[in-house]
Amino acid sequence: MIKRNHMMTSKSVRKALLGLATVSVLALPLLAHPAQASGGAATPHTQNWSFAGVFGRFDKAQLKRGLQVYREVCSACHGLKRVAFRTLAEPGGPEMSIEAVKALAKEYEVQDGPDDEGEMYTRTALLSDYFPSPYPNDNAARASNNGALPPDLSIITKARGYLRGFPNWFFDLFTGYQETGVDYLYALLTGYEEEAPEGFVLNDGMNFNHYFSGNQIAMPAPLSDEGVEYADGTKATVKQMAKDVSAFLMWTAEPTLEQRKRIGFQVILFILLFAGMMYFTTKRLWRGVKH
Amino acid sequence: MSGHATFEPQNKYVKWFEDRLPILGLVHSSLVAFQTPRNLNYWWTFGGILFMFLMIQIITGVILAMHYIPHETLAFDSTEHILRNVNYGWLIRYMHANGASMFFFAVYIHMFRGFYYGSFKGPREGLWILGVIIYNLMMAAGFLGYVLPWGQMSFWAATVITNLFSAFPIIGEPIVHWLWGGYSVGQPTLNRFYSFHYLVPMILFVFVILHVWALHVVGNNNPTGISVKSKQDTLPFHPFYTIKDAYAIVAFLLIFVWFVFFNPNQLGHPDNYIPANPMVTPPHIVPEWYFLPFYAILRAVPDKLGGVLLMFGALAMLAVMPWLDRSKARSLTYRPIMAVFFWLFVIDALFLGWLGSQPAEGIYVIMSRLATAYYFLHFLIIMPLVSTFEKPRPRPESIMQSVLDKAGDASPAKEA
Repeated sequence: MIKRNHMMTSKSVRKALLGLATVSVLALPLLAHPAQASGGAATPHTQNWSFAGVFGRFDKAQLKRGLQVYREVCSACHGLKRVAFRTLAEPGGPEMSIEAVKALAKEYEVQDGPDDEGEMYTRTALLSDYFPSPYPNDNAARASNNGALPPDLSIITKARGYLRGFPNWFFDLFTGYQETGVDYLYALLTGYEEEAPEGFVLNDGMNFNHYFSGNQIAMPAPLSDEGVEYADGTKATVKQMAKDVSAFLMWTAEPTLEQRKRIGFQVILFILLFAGMMYFTTKRLWRGVKH
Repeated sequence: MSGHATFEPQNKYVKWFEDRLPILGLVHSSLVAFQTPRNLNYWWTFGGILFMFLMIQIITGVILAMHYIPHETLAFDSTEHILRNVNYGWLIRYMHANGASMFFFAVYIHMFRGFYYGSFKGPREGLWILGVIIYNLMMAAGFLGYVLPWGQMSFWAATVITNLFSAFPIIGEPIVHWLWGGYSVGQPTLNRFYSFHYLVPMILFVFVILHVWALHVVGNNNPTGISVKSKQDTLPFHPFYTIKDAYAIVAFLLIFVWFVFFNPNQLGHPDNYIPANPMVTPPHIVPEWYFLPFYAILRAVPDKLGGVLLMFGALAMLAVMPWLDRSKARSLTYRPIMAVFFWLFVIDALFLGWLGSQPAEGIYVIMSRLATAYYFLHFLIIMPLVSTFEKPRPRPESIMQSVLDKAGDASPAKEA
């Protein structure tokens, strides 16, 4: 089921032969990569993401558009239960104003309680609340969706991925490419066909998708052109919406990404400098000592 | 070894203390005055690197334990809580997860260095076996820790690994139920794994102390493999190796922080961001990369018990290595034939690692069998035979002589 490159073996072998055991051992983890895009599914293409790479940052306008797509389309079936409203205003995210987030939270009702009488009650959501899920539990979700369970989307871009194959997995080591999940999601959202190819037997109630494992997915194509009307005037094509909502879900999965990359760059700089100084110290100390 | 220079404190309070508890003298003799071969290369810095990772794992682990909840309905959420809501929780968590990978990466280099330069051979058998014990404890700690986030891979790894014990006749099943604390992997399993994940590193730490102690009895091996003969062959540990090790540690940190900050999930598996679900088996259950060679050996034979025995046997090979290699020469620098077999073994181990990541079917099973057979062949046939028949190349008279030869300087050494 895994279309792993057979060249990988001979390559690793040759590398080891050259004595580059260090590199090879480091590469070993990458051979163990997951088999998500399987069962005849096509390999997603890598997209240009603003948050990719060492200096990657989220595009705030894109996150806001993605939030709009989630709220107007995805949220009908998919929850976002690990995302607190307050985070929409926090640095490194959509960075909406507190007032805007408060207003947005007010549109949701959450259960609270028990009150003084011991009764549970509903109230409008506060900044500290989390996005309420569309279904009370998994069984209810399945019952409403022909037996299929729409997964919570909070960390979906980290819980999906695809095999990179040789030699990409090797270059990924140095480029820090970690967008397999979000690339897969974009591919999935744009990978529908109205009609299954000839000879393909589609089960009842299923939809054909190039990128889903087995090519049949219970979720019907969720996006259609002009499906939402963007507040910022961006033209709402399927690709645009897929891209925006994928980016937004990358943020929900990794809300500390910007902080991490910013601090990481400073740490790398510091350690480079430190290592350089240590190198010269060591050299100086050992100069004249036969070793 | 004449490694124990006397520690004579000048300060009267230090002297008072030293007369009652000679712990400063111990530190002095093992980290300051300790006589270390002068020709150690950078492969010898991995001991220090490993100690740093042990410290990183302990410190980050203690902090994670303050926020983690070992409960089957809360464990996954508490891990996400650490990543999202705890201040710098993402940093602590990614350091701990990637620290484990770096720990294994460094220990494999450390072990292969021992293979190549014959550090496992006498008089260092005890030192080596303590190392093998540490490696086994590391694997236990790594596995236990991987279960704690209670994602899909955590749950199914726990299921697969604990089920290995069921391969043993009669006692197998009771052992498995005892490990689980029930009839399936569940709350009692998670709870005790958490306890063990805290316990095992403590035991590991004790063995690390013993490992260092044993090192200071027999002294360092070195790239020539010849023993220290005079004071000329050595340098005091401080400042020469404290500084060199510190440099290597800082340089190695670059790899570590690259993963922590720029690719923290690359060494993990996306499925572990799906909460554990006993009703859904992942299409492929793959262990962490550092277990893959042993996973391939486990699945190489159709018989479960056979696979389990082979896997434990593969680990046992490491412990008996000192008695399998009979060569008088330690370092493979002087054993060209064995050096070739060393590299073949490295390739075999990497190949097994790759096979461990493949599905156990078709051609992969056949290749796994061949690679497993070669693994055992290396230890049981090649090592004893080659070491018996290969005549080592002439070795230098002393470490100092080899250093001088390398420098192309025939005059005797003057400096101390």
